[in-house]
Amino acid sequence: MIHMNMVTPPPDLAAISALQSKLVSALRPILPEHALLWEPEDTIPYECDGLAAYRRMPLAVALPETEEQVAQILKICFAMQIPVVPRGSGTGLSGGAMPISQGLVLSLAKLKKIVSIDSFTRTAVVQPGVRNLAISEAVAHLGLYYAPDPSSQIACSIGGNVNENSGGVHCLKYGLTLHNILRVRGVLMNGEIVEFGSLAPDSPGLDLLAIMMGSEGMLAVVTEVTVKLIAKPTLARVIMASFDDIEKGGNAVAAIIAAGIIPAGLEMMDKATTRAVEEFVHAGYDLDATAILLCESDGTPEEVAEEIARMTKVLEESGASGIQISKDEAERLKFWSGRKNAFPAAGRLAADYYCMDGTIPRRHIATLLKRIQGMEIKYGLGCLNVFHAGDGNMHPLILFNGADQDEWHRAEDFGTEILEACVELGGTITGEHGVGIEKINSMCIQFGEGERESFWGVKSAFDPEKLLNPDKAIPTLNRCAEYGRMRISGGKLPHPELERF
Amino acid sequence: MTSNKNNPVIKAFQEQILNAANSKQALSIQGGGTKSWYGNANQHAKLDTRSYSGILEYQPEELVITACAGTPLKEIEAALHEKNQVLAFEPPHFGADATFGGAITAGLAGPGRISIGNFRDFVLGARILDGKGQDLSFGGKVIKNVAGYDVSRLLPGSMGTLSLLLEASVKVLPKPAATATLRCQISQAQALKVLNEWAGQPLPLSASCWIGSATGGDGELTFRLAGAAAAVKTAIPLMSSLVLATEIDPQTAQTFWNDLREQKLNVFDHLGSEQTLYRLALPAACGPLNITNADPQIVLEWHGQQRWIKAPGDEATFEAIKKLASANGGHATRFKQGSNVDPSFQRFTLLSEQAHSKALELVQARLRSAFDPAGVFATSRLP
Repeated sequence: MIHMNMVTPPPDLAAISALQSKLVSALRPILPEHALLWEPEDTIPYECDGLAAYRRMPLAVALPETEEQVAQILKICFAMQIPVVPRGSGTGLSGGAMPISQGLVLSLAKLKKIVSIDSFTRTAVVQPGVRNLAISEAVAHLGLYYAPDPSSQIACSIGGNVNENSGGVHCLKYGLTLHNILRVRGVLMNGEIVEFGSLAPDSPGLDLLAIMMGSEGMLAVVTEVTVKLIAKPTLARVIMASFDDIEKGGNAVAAIIAAGIIPAGLEMMDKATTRAVEEFVHAGYDLDATAILLCESDGTPEEVAEEIARMTKVLEESGASGIQISKDEAERLKFWSGRKNAFPAAGRLAADYYCMDGTIPRRHIATLLKRIQGMEIKYGLGCLNVFHAGDGNMHPLILFNGADQDEWHRAEDFGTEILEACVELGGTITGEHGVGIEKINSMCIQFGEGERESFWGVKSAFDPEKLLNPDKAIPTLNRCAEYGRMRISGGKLPHPELERF
Repeated sequence: MTSNKNNPVIKAFQEQILNAANSKQALSIQGGGTKSWYGNANQHAKLDTRSYSGILEYQPEELVITACAGTPLKEIEAALHEKNQVLAFEPPHFGADATFGGAITAGLAGPGRISIGNFRDFVLGARILDGKGQDLSFGGKVIKNVAGYDVSRLLPGSMGTLSLLLEASVKVLPKPAATATLRCQISQAQALKVLNEWAGQPLPLSASCWIGSATGGDGELTFRLAGAAAAVKTAIPLMSSLVLATEIDPQTAQTFWNDLREQKLNVFDHLGSEQTLYRLALPAACGPLNITNADPQIVLEWHGQQRWIKAPGDEATFEAIKKLASANGGHATRFKQGSNVDPSFQRFTLLSEQAHSKALELVQARLRSAFDPAGVFATSRLP
């Protein structure tokens, strides 16, 4: 995620305007007037998603209210060979919903009904535009909830979660979106309605539901989702442990897991982050600590008591310089408040920040943090480190001033070097934010030509004409060749004035 | 993944694949052959994975094990056991020679599946040879990874019809701190009701099995609790008082769950020569089912979501069972056939027989041909 402005130069206007009229007149008969936008003042809110640095205006935006309309829109675009970019709440952090200049944005925001809730089978059927948190709120009275909790859960939609395979703070124990979805109903690019998975524990044929998860809107448009609900734990408590050394903190994470404990949440913040958030939330964080670890246990009161005791012992043995255990729910939320406000706190420190999302094996956490310290000097930019330590998912926040083009380029190179380090340490360029448009070049580093060719094979199996969000997630051969040439020229970019995705 | 590209064993696999592609022959991938009876019959030449064996990387604190497909499953489980960890979905072996790769591509799971997930939920990455002999790696060794399509999760249950699995990284879990197994006499309908109610409460219910007569009356419900010692201890009186259950000793319990997973319980014995053991996968909402001509004795696992029924092996019976399963939102498989049942019978429910899946047949066919244009793995073992 980057907070700054960069506007794309407009392509051939006359051609676009002709195509726009054609598309709008084809869609008008099937959609109510308010469900089709094409005037720039109406479509401008759709020019980007949560990754605001990458913007483009679409031909039009369609906001269907029924699955039937979704299918008709796709049939029309298929016939006209117009690319379609599906969009949920637009909270994505990798530009996966960035429009295509000669394409349609298909917003699923109006499909926002909770279709049914079944407490006996612990399932809910929801439309794609339903917000993540709205599901848990709707079933709270039944003692149930939907487990995956991405930090944007107030706003992000379940359809978007399916397409990003979203994680969250609790996925170490409760799994990713993938583990909490039973069935997805969707529409293929040619307008055919299909169902992936079912309410049964498995389905005939290859596991196509698995490949739909995290497919970044490129395989089918989601129109309905059946989610798994689980029993709400009766209690949660969190331990806040301080470490005077980043290595000790990293080792404590490994030690907890090695002791056979799967915490409900296991998060870490470095000193720079702790200072930034303390100023913001006044949670009483230990400002002398080099690293702060938040380690949560949930379950029945007996279970939590037992686990907290075991966790405390491991943390003490790992050399924690201070340990505090939340006494009540208010204190638990206070301990968490800093971690949850790391992003806004970063926003107070610098004009802009760039959030990375690489994942590495847990044992390399300290190694990566030390390398990032070196990069701060190399690029002359500060960096806050907050991360899901339990699953090695790092979120370095690179601080910069977007008004300064040179700072932005340094921030971008800083980010790329972090991602390369993640791949080198045996990890991945994205743990939960997706590739989208942002990390598409880094895909050339993580995967070879054969793998990328296979990804295109998967794409073509669902969408042979490559019309559904075709410019995202999977780089073309040409793009990787171009990127390779660009990287060879000693870090100096040939045309710094050109936009680079 | 890890191993070098010049490994002679992999080179030999590549040659076998390319030769098969050139001569338009399909290859039937096989490990220890312990599940060769599962899936559609085929007479294709074998590709034996066992020459590519060994654990490549296992660091308990990462909760991930990476191993070659030909590694004996028991070797994997022994390595995990030493560090107090497990494959929590308890994949069945069906014989001493079961391999890691065979277990993954069969995609079967044992009693723990209902509370913990199935094999695909735990696969993090895979190295494969595609039908062109290309050495490809997908996913990785970390729990959170959304770079590229999740190709490695297509492999569990693919029955060797997509590619040759070389190596896989699988998430492992610590053994639960405590377990307890309880047993009671209860009707099928009551069992289905109480299990689903418990599953919706913060209780450490980890597995269940009801064995009894489909025609009515009480059967034997065995259920397992697993989790923090305190959670299990508190749950035992609470749950047992509801169904008048008694705890059974840990050794007997372990044998029971193991025998259930391996289908060594008496109830699985004596499959008639004209009979088939059907597997029904059903939604939680599905109540007791009645199948004409079936043996009255049935087995329900996964809180009723996996059911085992012995019935005549003919096409008409399978049709009727498929219809019944499908009407209830599930599907049926001819899991094991008696000696006189036609081996050429289709063992699985087809996509075209399921609501809203017809269009996926084409998607699946294209997907297979993307990985395997010459049809080297097109054994039809899985339709």
